[in-house]
Amino acid sequence: MWTARARESWQKNLPIEKLIPDTQPAYVVSWIYVFGVLTIAALSVIIISGLALAFAGPAWYHTSDFGHWVNSLHFWSVQLFFAFMVIHLWGKFWMAAWRGGRMKTWISGAVVFVLSIATGFTGYLIQTNFDSQWIAYEAKDGFNSAGIGAFFNVTNLGQMLLLHVAFLPAVLGLLTLIHVLMVRKRGVVPPIDANSSNTEASR
Amino acid sequence: MSKNLSPKEVFDAKPWTGKLRSYDIIKEGTIAVVVVALLVVSLSFLFGSPDEKSLTFKGWAESNSDNFYATAVQELAGTSGTATYGRPYNEGSDGLNVGPLFLQKWAGVTHRIDAANNFVIEPLMNQVQTPEVKAALTQWSQASVDARTKWATTYDDAITKAEGKLSAIPAGEYGPVPALANGLTQMAKAGSLDAALLSQGGFFQTDSTKQILFFGDGAYLDDAGTAANLQGGTWGMMNETGRYPGQAWLWLYSFWYQIPPFTNEESHPIGANADVYIMVIMGAMSLGLILIPVIPGVRSLPMRIPIHRGIWRSYYQSEGIKRRRK
Repeated sequence: MWTARARESWQKNLPIEKLIPDTQPAYVVSWIYVFGVLTIAALSVIIISGLALAFAGPAWYHTSDFGHWVNSLHFWSVQLFFAFMVIHLWGKFWMAAWRGGRMKTWISGAVVFVLSIATGFTGYLIQTNFDSQWIAYEAKDGFNSAGIGAFFNVTNLGQMLLLHVAFLPAVLGLLTLIHVLMVRKRGVVPPIDANSSNTEASR
Repeated sequence: MSKNLSPKEVFDAKPWTGKLRSYDIIKEGTIAVVVVALLVVSLSFLFGSPDEKSLTFKGWAESNSDNFYATAVQELAGTSGTATYGRPYNEGSDGLNVGPLFLQKWAGVTHRIDAANNFVIEPLMNQVQTPEVKAALTQWSQASVDARTKWATTYDDAITKAEGKLSAIPAGEYGPVPALANGLTQMAKAGSLDAALLSQGGFFQTDSTKQILFFGDGAYLDDAGTAANLQGGTWGMMNETGRYPGQAWLWLYSFWYQIPPFTNEESHPIGANADVYIMVIMGAMSLGLILIPVIPGVRSLPMRIPIHRGIWRSYYQSEGIKRRRK
């Protein structure tokens, strides 16, 4: 039965010791490692503040002080999210974190980065203020010139709204989850100059 | 695992068997969420967030009536930016190209916009109008396409010749065009054009394409963008209104618009087609980022430039591992 095979595969690849570990390699001590979890933390604040904005509608924050404050939470969590993610990305590049069968982990992370830009961009388009008018007018030429505007119409508020609050966050959330599970499965990439002759266990 | 892997690659792929330290992933996640939440709350209280009020057709017609009027004439004459845009709105031009590829044309017209009808005639017809405008609408609708084009282009040329000064335009064979343009200007000043453009006679509407494009045909939106330092030539793509950080992560996309030949719209073939060239470049670079692990040269940079020695300094020191030279 495929369900039994799926369970066995999960147990084999992601036992609880890997999923929620209580130890990790001694080399994982740099501050650079903090930025992955900070990115996810910022994403959680984005989702919570975004849900509040979604419940009240895209124009709520123009007329409500509380709404404007929630919009500010969303705005700053997005700024921090990108700052943390870019540092995380650079860190992983200089670690060559795709080594040891971790290429899919890198690819999923890089796709999340590109998709995050698209998600943030649609967010700017649904602000229903001057900035969104301007961005929509300016951005349409690039997308139209590449033929993408036929399907991704940045001047269509309804389309951008649905993409921003439904489709893109769902895909982004799923890919982020897959990315994290890949990290847990493979473990944190060993230092570049480490090899089997200089680990404690092999001496 | 493939037999072709080097011992180092096999080692990197195996579970770590060296020194361990205690770790609480749930505690780490909780602390991260609390710290980031506190940081976000502090920033929101300290700085708030930008919210520049949206522009309206009423604001445009009141602040720069002549420009609005002249833009309405361009829509009727078929000389506006929207009327001559091409796909996905109409067949007004071939659009931009990369060499022999006209990517803009491949999906055809998917959001058809007839600038004269959608921007001027239909909004006027969907409102109660003065007898003068009513008569002008009747004259326009009963005239041949050639007659309409002749009236509107003659008037558009006269406005251009008068450098936009409506009072300086000589009398001429302009048909109903001045009355239609004036009717639309009055309608915009009264504040009813914004809703009329969106609804186009219907009830539910969520597509703001027509308003945005009409706005862009005149000087009002462009002037506001310049005043807010949002133009593409001044890194506007990553700027935000007011003194707030914008989409700084678009810096590389914005960068290309700051350097030749992309800055010169007159230069062929690249400058004149900058938008599509930059889209192609950024698409290729995004793909390159995703595929770094398989790009020779780039993937070995981390081994050649020893930033990793700083990242894992304490580990290297404790294990006495020196840098491997390649």
